Amino acid sequence: MKPQHGSRLRNFHQAKWDEEVIFELSNPGERGIHYPQVERAISDAVGDGVSEIPASMRRESPPALPEVGQMRVLKHFLRLSQQNLGADLNIDVGQGTCTIKYSPKINEKIAGSAKARDIHPHQDESTVQGALRIMYELDLFFREISGMDRFSLQPSSGSHAILTMAAVIHKYHEVRGEADTRDELITTIFSHPSDAAAAAAKGYRITTLYPDEQGMPDLEALKAAVSERTAGLFITNPEDIGIFNPHIAEFTRVVHEVGGVCGYDQANANGIMGITRAREADFDLCFFNLHKTFSAPHGCGGPASGALGATKEMADYLPVPLVGFDGGKYYLDYDVPHTIGKARTFYGAFPVILKAYAWIMSMGAEGLKEAARIAVLNNNYLFKHITEIAGATSPYKGGKRRIEQVRYSWEELYNETGVDTHDVTLRLADFGFHLWQSHHPFVVPQPFTIEPTESYSKEELDEYLDGLRHVVHEARTEPDTVKRAPHNSVVHKIDESVYDDPDKWAITWRAYLKKHGREAAKIRG
Amino acid sequence: MKKLGLIVNPVAGMGGAVGLKGTDGADTLERARELGAVPHAQERTTTALTNLTGIADDIELLTYGSTMGEAVAAACGLRATLVGSPSHPDTTAQDTVAAARAMHAAGVELLLFAGGDGTARDICGAVGTDVVALGIPAGVKIHSAVFAANPTAAGQVAAAVIAGNINRAVEAEVMDIDEEDYRREVLSARLYGYLRIPDARRLLQGLKAGSPRSDAAMQMAIASELVERMADDRYYIVGPGTTCRPFMERLGLDHTLLGVDVIRAGRQIGKDVSEQEILSIVDDSPCTLVVTPVGGQGFLLGRGNQQISPDVIRQVSKENISVVATAEKLCSLRGKPLLVDTGDEDTDTYLSGYYRVITGYHENTIYRVSPPT
Repeated sequence: MKPQHGSRLRNFHQAKWDEEVIFELSNPGERGIHYPQVERAISDAVGDGVSEIPASMRRESPPALPEVGQMRVLKHFLRLSQQNLGADLNIDVGQGTCTIKYSPKINEKIAGSAKARDIHPHQDESTVQGALRIMYELDLFFREISGMDRFSLQPSSGSHAILTMAAVIHKYHEVRGEADTRDELITTIFSHPSDAAAAAAKGYRITTLYPDEQGMPDLEALKAAVSERTAGLFITNPEDIGIFNPHIAEFTRVVHEVGGVCGYDQANANGIMGITRAREADFDLCFFNLHKTFSAPHGCGGPASGALGATKEMADYLPVPLVGFDGGKYYLDYDVPHTIGKARTFYGAFPVILKAYAWIMSMGAEGLKEAARIAVLNNNYLFKHITEIAGATSPYKGGKRRIEQVRYSWEELYNETGVDTHDVTLRLADFGFHLWQSHHPFVVPQPFTIEPTESYSKEELDEYLDGLRHVVHEARTEPDTVKRAPHNSVVHKIDESVYDDPDKWAITWRAYLKKHGREAAKIRG
Repeated sequence: MKKLGLIVNPVAGMGGAVGLKGTDGADTLERARELGAVPHAQERTTTALTNLTGIADDIELLTYGSTMGEAVAAACGLRATLVGSPSHPDTTAQDTVAAARAMHAAGVELLLFAGGDGTARDICGAVGTDVVALGIPAGVKIHSAVFAANPTAAGQVAAAVIAGNINRAVEAEVMDIDEEDYRREVLSARLYGYLRIPDARRLLQGLKAGSPRSDAAMQMAIASELVERMADDRYYIVGPGTTCRPFMERLGLDHTLLGVDVIRAGRQIGKDVSEQEILSIVDDSPCTLVVTPVGGQGFLLGRGNQQISPDVIRQVSKENISVVATAEKLCSLRGKPLLVDTGDEDTDTYLSGYYRVITGYHENTIYRVSPPT
């Protein structure tokens, strides 16, 4: 039966396999593949091998790995994959700030081709000239897009790029004998949370600025924050609420005046690509997430890439090696005077680099600008229709248009019906939609953040809008249906009060057994 | 079966509808009635209880007689056991106190009460933090942090507790507003005490902040920062509020939750001190004031910590004030500044400006402080 509101909505039901954790599937002695016993003549000649290892170095018991046959492993992971709701399945505009766009499958083929797959970072430079050329040219593309003077493709994620920026800034101050006194890094509450987190991981004290009434980071607060202890500023623009700060050059000026370094978090540059550059706002460093703006798929902790750019002065501190070209051949350039060293082993996540390169080559300069333009238009199409839904609002900036995303609020809906943003999120899952609330803390009350990028058609955007309208209608007419959601999903509501309880959380199986006991797990044998 | 207690203050909220800013005391109630006020507490309690009718079989409902719970439970079709009854149809604060004590003795897992700040104060006085309680907002004054965002949310939290989905409780502030002053447009709030409420931030605070790290975890981080910054040659004047408590606990010292303590070199020099005691202890020596906003309005000074007077502030000086607050608390202010209302205009002006509010370990937020407008 189709829901009354929004004929485009699907009768979706997520697959549920009631699948156990792979450790719980384990049966003692079960193997993926059984190998034959070693032949007698061989063991007679060389022994069993193991007894050659000194007793003190031998394990007393085998590692507690799951023992599961190959066919059951295959089924296990296929079942789990069916319980997923990935970007290639749903209309993933509800994952605001993450810039979910289409990752052309031909680029996967290119990255998976033998030419790309079978090269090894230990090969001599002369045998990987093609790969080095791609890295070098991608550096040139990013210079053009950002106005910076040199890029390192080494960092393996956006947060890793931020950590590398923090290391570069630390080194810069160290060379000037100021690393010990400049221990504060400034960011804003609507910048990516990793700007604070990764800088804190480098050892910086974090100072956070809150927005003014218009949603802009408060310039007066910045002036109160800067001092001789300021190491730098990490800031996103447009910030995660989708508002572009036109006074950004004033921010970099204030920080420069006290000797700080400015890093531009352009993880998501999707609304400004080809429109405005880090150079014009006088940033010293910037980075792009190739798995956001430049179409490589999000790895969910898997392979990613945060390309880190620097001005000529700051390029002296970038990680080594960079990729150079002497007019005849491409080479790994270790001649970086004040380099921070390596940010990771080898040179970067090459398959991701290759996918971004392929995407840029297929789009061309005009295409990049066009992608940004369409992303902004799509966003403002949703903005127009979402703000017409009674109960949804767009705090700040008096309803004016936004760049590539918007942080909306369900506060009015909540006050009227008691249905909150979390309830709406769970109910939307019943129609195969994902809606993400937003980064914490919730400065915007009852938030939800939507970013459509350039990839989705009007029909898909309308389907998503129908989902929102339908759930809002239900909130008014049958709120219990919303509050008891999800009804068609694999996992129901869970107790949130233990999220931050170190006695309860477990991110490994071993920790789970330790904290919850073996009886909590269904262990065989 | 879980035991759920229910206390309704039947006259809560009546003063508000007729502009009396509260219903504390028999005279005010009489005046409210004269002005045509009608009770709303029953109706708000009904809204909350509606969320429990589906799980009635899992609940052993304990309540008080007549309008203090019996009537509304019956109206919702919920079976209830009475632990007592009001002595007179015109119920008083004493009835609330007696009811709360009876519920405590009966061992309720959660005590739901419908009322306002006055009711919360009575419950707090009767059972303190021995019982997990939650307010259904029905009163005129809701300055305490012990109420759900609305009656529906109160019912949902109760249902979650009954279902075993919320297993943790946290302390929340009970504020005491003087109604007489309030009617004269003077807001003189003080921190009365704390009740333990179910840890269901999403429903209690309407997702004001929704930090993945709880206030308790962040308070511990703030304590680490303060301890790291301490110098042995300074006095530390530590204000009231739960945010300051882990700092004192970290030092192995008793914290006066509702008052001001003075410490130096890891020792407690003064406990629950008055303004004069602070001044005589500090006596022109270097000192730091550790203070946190109290209550929901963001008052940093002048509400609940009046011992920290203009004279004390002059002694400390502005640059030695360490403001501490969790990000959740700052977010709940919705962009409004922290407020100072010391009773002295010059002091308030002196205190105005941007502060580095300590929000965690090596974390701070630049936040504005100003007098109320």
